[in-house]
Amino acid sequence: YTAGGSSGAAKVVAAGLLTVGGGVGGTILYAKWDHKFRAAVENNVPYSDWLLGLALGPAYQGDIMKQVEMAQPPSMMDKPGKAPKGKKALKEPGSPAKETSPVPSQPAQKECKECQHHADPAVVAPHTELPLRERPVEEVAARLAQQDQKEQDTLSSSLEECLASSAKATLQAIGAQEAAVQAITQHIHKLKEAMEAEVPPPEKSSQWKDLEAALADRTSAVNDAETALLKAKEALDSLKSEIDKSKGLKVSAVRPLVLAAEENLHNMVVDLDRVVTKLQSAESESKIVSQYSDLVNEAKLQFQREVSSLTPEIQANWKGLTGKLSADDLNALIAHAHRRIDQLNRELAEQRVREQIHIDASLEQQKLEDQKALEKAVLTAVQHIKEDTRLEQERKLSELREVMEAEMRTQLRRQAAAHTDHVQDVLKVQEQELRADAEQVLGSKLLEQETSYRQLSQEQLDNFTLDMNTAYARLKGMEEAIDSHVVAEEEARKAHQLWLSVEALNYSLKMADADSPTMPLESAAQAVRDSCHDNDFALALATALPEESLQRGVYSEASLRARFNALRALVRRVALVDETHNSLYQYFLSYLQAALLFEAKQEAPPGQLCSEDLDPFRLLSYASFCLEHGDLELAAKLVNQLRGEARRVVEDWLTEARLTLETRQVVSLLSAYANAVGLGTTQAP
Amino acid sequence: MSEKELGKKWDRCLADGAIKFGTGLGLGIVFSVLFFKRHTWPISLCSGAGLGMAFSNCQNDLRSSYLLHRSQKVGLCNKTHSN
Repeated sequence: YTAGGSSGAAKVVAAGLLTVGGGVGGTILYAKWDHKFRAAVENNVPYSDWLLGLALGPAYQGDIMKQVEMAQPPSMMDKPGKAPKGKKALKEPGSPAKETSPVPSQPAQKECKECQHHADPAVVAPHTELPLRERPVEEVAARLAQQDQKEQDTLSSSLEECLASSAKATLQAIGAQEAAVQAITQHIHKLKEAMEAEVPPPEKSSQWKDLEAALADRTSAVNDAETALLKAKEALDSLKSEIDKSKGLKVSAVRPLVLAAEENLHNMVVDLDRVVTKLQSAESESKIVSQYSDLVNEAKLQFQREVSSLTPEIQANWKGLTGKLSADDLNALIAHAHRRIDQLNRELAEQRVREQIHIDASLEQQKLEDQKALEKAVLTAVQHIKEDTRLEQERKLSELREVMEAEMRTQLRRQAAAHTDHVQDVLKVQEQELRADAEQVLGSKLLEQETSYRQLSQEQLDNFTLDMNTAYARLKGMEEAIDSHVVAEEEARKAHQLWLSVEALNYSLKMADADSPTMPLESAAQAVRDSCHDNDFALALATALPEESLQRGVYSEASLRARFNALRALVRRVALVDETHNSLYQYFLSYLQAALLFEAKQEAPPGQLCSEDLDPFRLLSYASFCLEHGDLELAAKLVNQLRGEARRVVEDWLTEARLTLETRQVVSLLSAYANAVGLGTTQAP
Repeated sequence: MSEKELGKKWDRCLADGAIKFGTGLGLGIVFSVLFFKRHTWPISLCSGAGLGMAFSNCQNDLRSSYLLHRSQKVGLCNKTHSN
């Protein structure tokens, strides 16, 4: 047995250990999977957190993840919240700035700046937006206006400087070009003169000197012109860059300035170009003329060389040698001349032959040159036209803008006028309202004062009247009091009389012999009636006395009691006889019962009668008890419960008892009433 | 006085009984002597009859208050229309 028991115990122990180990392992595994469960276990079981920490490691991952989760939604909620707020704030400075100053791009720039500012801090920390967002509208507008003004000033000054410098340079260039043109024409003229005119040698040398001077002038003028042109071009370029810069800044107030500057620039460019073309044409002409002069010079030189080769002795200026020449020389000269003429004729013929080709070639060349020139001219013309049209467009735009501005101004002025009218009207209305209010207040206050004055006077009157009334009332009161005293005394007397008569009635009621009824109550009742002929209640009561009592009188309680005692035996004897059982045999039985049955002489009646209490013997004992204790009413009630022959036997007694009770009730009511009246009429000391 | 009535009735009963018994007795004696050869049975018969008549009278007298007389009988009529 012990072995079996020990193996059984070992089995139980093993099972228990297994269960516990399984439970712990399961708990640890579930805690590893569900962090809430782990937290719950750690909270409820004391050393579980140590154990779980040992088995699974600390439980921080879940917490941090939760924290991250909790942090993310609020930050994400913040971002959409901040973005519309920022946009709203930005819109506000944007719109009034648009209205106040016609600088649409500036706020756009500002908005961009602010957007950038907004975008950067929103990611990191939202609280740095506040200083940017809270920039007030007026400050922004003022700053914008200030900036515009500054830029405008600088721009206009720079533009003006540039314009001035470029104008100067252009003018200089134009002057120089003109001078150059002049010099060139002069030179050409001089050259032509020198070429064609037949002037005596000294003048010719002076002429040639003049020519050289002119040439020098021309070269210097041309150089000057070139430098001036370069300078002018530089100045124009700088002006153009300035204009571009100013256009880039887009400050519209200087737009007319810019436009004017552009126009000036264009004009200058056009003038420069014109002058340059003039110069070029002059130069080309001069080139032709110079070429011609070169050719002529070359021919002259050639001729001179020929002549000198022919006549080496003739030197120097052959024009002065008209008288010195010999006939041979002359002949040689003429032959040379004839030869020359032949040569020239041949050349001429050749030239005439090759004329067409030369003409074609030259035409071709000319065409090419013309083409080039044309292209250049076309280009420049196109550029000029483009520039012109652009300037025209800008001018028209500016004009339109001005017109629009003027119109807007007029509309605004009209609106302002309308506003002032409206304000005037409103002010008028308000004035009227306020006046009406003030008058009303004044009227009410006056009314108040008047009413209060009237009230006071009325009060005085009232007080006086009141006093008079009080005195009169007191007098009246006193009279009434005296009258009422008299009346009250009368009443008291009457009440006393009533009471006396009622007392008499009561006494007569009490005064009854043992077996005979009282005396008739008629006289006493009459006395009562007499003493209360003005009192309905007492009269009613007095007339409520039963006739029998008045005529015959009532029996006293003692006599009734005695009679009852006599009746009792008789009732006992006929207890069994009633409507159905009324044979002589029943009578015999009834008599036998009465002889044999014993009941209590007197028994206290219960509060409520049950069916058992309706037995005649019981009723008789109850009634006897009541009578002994003076309760005639209850005794009558109990006797009223008898039935059958017994009832017939006690009928007369019951009637007499009723009469007595009735009379006594009326008399007691009357006496109570008389007492009350008497009490009422007595004056308290 | 209603309580005296019973006594009066009993008085009448007894008086009546006595009279009837005596009368019956006398008549019985007379008849027995005259017609029935002095048998006793007519005496007892007549006196018994007399007593019986007295008993019956007494009972009737005592019952008389419970009996309805012809003048007192009232007709019960069913009311045809409901109230």
